[in-house]
Amino acid sequence: MTTSDPYLFEFLLRQGDNPLVLGHRTSEWCGHAPALEEDIALANTALDLIGQTQLWLGYAAEVEGQGRSNNDLAYLRDVYDFRNVLMLEVPNEDFARTMLRQFLFDAFQVPWLTELQSSSDQRVSDIAVKSLKEALYHFERSADTVVALGDGTEVSHEHMQTALNYLWPYSGELFGTDDTDKAIEERGIAPLPSSVREAWNVTVSTTLAAATLTAPDDPFAHSGGRTGKRHTEHLGHMLATMQILQRSHPGAQW
Amino acid sequence: MSAQTLTVEQVWEWLEQIPDPEIPVISIVDLGVVRDVTLQDDKVKVVITPTYSGCPAMREIAESITSELAGRGVRQLSLETRIAPAWTTDWMSDTGKSKLEAYGIAAPQAKGEPKRCPQCKSTAVEKISQFGSTPCKAQWRCLDCLEPFEYFKCI
Repeated sequence: MTTSDPYLFEFLLRQGDNPLVLGHRTSEWCGHAPALEEDIALANTALDLIGQTQLWLGYAAEVEGQGRSNNDLAYLRDVYDFRNVLMLEVPNEDFARTMLRQFLFDAFQVPWLTELQSSSDQRVSDIAVKSLKEALYHFERSADTVVALGDGTEVSHEHMQTALNYLWPYSGELFGTDDTDKAIEERGIAPLPSSVREAWNVTVSTTLAAATLTAPDDPFAHSGGRTGKRHTEHLGHMLATMQILQRSHPGAQW
Repeated sequence: MSAQTLTVEQVWEWLEQIPDPEIPVISIVDLGVVRDVTLQDDKVKVVITPTYSGCPAMREIAESITSELAGRGVRQLSLETRIAPAWTTDWMSDTGKSKLEAYGIAAPQAKGEPKRCPQCKSTAVEKISQFGSTPCKAQWRCLDCLEPFEYFKCI
């Protein structure tokens, strides 16, 4: 890599790829949600996430300094160049998994972006301030929905518990630590992700209790997404859809 | 228009004529999207900020500003998008808020919910959905006149 600041570039890709991949997954619901209001809510959430992606990847492209744009980073990178956590790339499956995943991510984003507001890097701080407003709004809805469905009917409860059992082993990756995290922490750009784990634990356990859901008692955590070392088989399929226009018609514009 | 008579106040007045593309009853100035106007010789610089980070209206707003000012004889325009300080509903003008209500959209309130139904003014209202037809609105309903209405989200 010839980028002058590879750690910052890597950090920004992680910041941008999470909302990008979740934003795309969420947009897959457009026209398919169980109720019109939910369809609108999901599409709007996706829009916010893609908007945040533009800011993070826009900065990443500048730091990289290779003449690539945020669109190039989103549409022309391949699977192993993506730095999102695995939890966000697995298929939506059903409304239960979609909303539970949104909740587990929002419960991380809120304390995480709150920390990033005081980043030593002004651009990181500005983007965090802007994104946090949206993340708080998303959190309000996803937490309410998790409680409503978990503590709902027998059927909705079962769907939510199944979703939780599936997603739980993916949640630990949010708090990973590697050389990039350490370098970024030393420069005061962001704390270690593990520093917000306690806040996440409290939010998640309180909400799950209200939702009458039980998290699996197993500390195992999948990893490999945020380092790009080992993505799931699902990301490639997702990118095939997400990137086809720019792959088939390079440089196409609206 | 000659460069000598062009003033910052004049540019603001022109910008006040530009409707928001999604809520055309209020202008982009009422909405608080235009953050700054500066003049250097005959070069105009306009700074805009998005309401929500993914707001799809930003491009349209930029194009409207470009064509409006070009139509007024501004030959050199630079448009800058700035995200900090982050847009807040506090920047919406009082004129903007009353125009919204007259149009049927409840104005943003600090406590996070509409004060009253924009149609019959009843205070008995309930939330239908946190989101609405644009990123900046939510859906509510009046329990008295039973009309659904949109509420401008407060951020």
